[in-house]
Amino acid sequence: MNVEGCFQLMGGDFTNAGAASSELKSTLSKLGVSQDIIRRASIAAFEAEMNIIIHAVAGTMHYVVNNGEIRIILTDMGPGIEDIELAMQEGYSTAPDWVREMGWGAGMGLPNIKKNADRFKIDSVVGEGTTLEIVIYMRKD
Amino acid sequence: MLKVSDIIEKIGLDIRVSGDMHKYVTGCYISDLLSDVMAHSKDGELWITLQTHPNIVAVAVIKGLSCIVITNGRLPETDTVKKAESENITILTTSKTTFEIAGLLYNILRSE
Repeated sequence: MNVEGCFQLMGGDFTNAGAASSELKSTLSKLGVSQDIIRRASIAAFEAEMNIIIHAVAGTMHYVVNNGEIRIILTDMGPGIEDIELAMQEGYSTAPDWVREMGWGAGMGLPNIKKNADRFKIDSVVGEGTTLEIVIYMRKD
Repeated sequence: MLKVSDIIEKIGLDIRVSGDMHKYVTGCYISDLLSDVMAHSKDGELWITLQTHPNIVAVAVIKGLSCIVITNGRLPETDTVKKAESENITILTTSKTTFEIAGLLYNILRSE
């Protein structure tokens, strides 16, 4: 099995937020991936998608399903993360007030992604952007 | 197990978007923090919230929630309604508070 896809994400486009992750979810359903794996992949993808919409100017989500794993790579043109360790702490957020009023920016995004991923990597350069690599194994071994 | 349509009948909620009314309601989750709902709600749960913007539909789709109930007389935004219609997600509203709806729902789901 080798299936891949790519989505463009626009910063500030809250109306279409979740479209990429929903499509990933339905693709995985069609491939017959187990419910638990689909759930974890969609949660991680959606949180990462929201981060780009909240913080970046634009970005992409690219996913590859092969070799028994789902790999989701998100690259953005955003502000970058100054202190990754701090950003990984539950409750820490740099989201503006109006985003918090929408119920986002609770500082749960990155921790949620990590919780649902088998492997998770962040590369970030302040002033340039951030790349997330999320890997979820489809087999238990 | 009760369906969304049974819950509407028993509690008397207003239908704003009629999605899949035959979905089973496995439980209830209450939160206005979307990341919290992403982290802790479970498949088939009814979600009570005060949020009215389109992202609530995306959360319900990703988490497989049975329906969204907006309380306190708030109404979903126009974009939210459009999105829910295209995603087949049921949105219900009520003038009652979250506390009142939760109480009613608790008794109904517990007696099942």
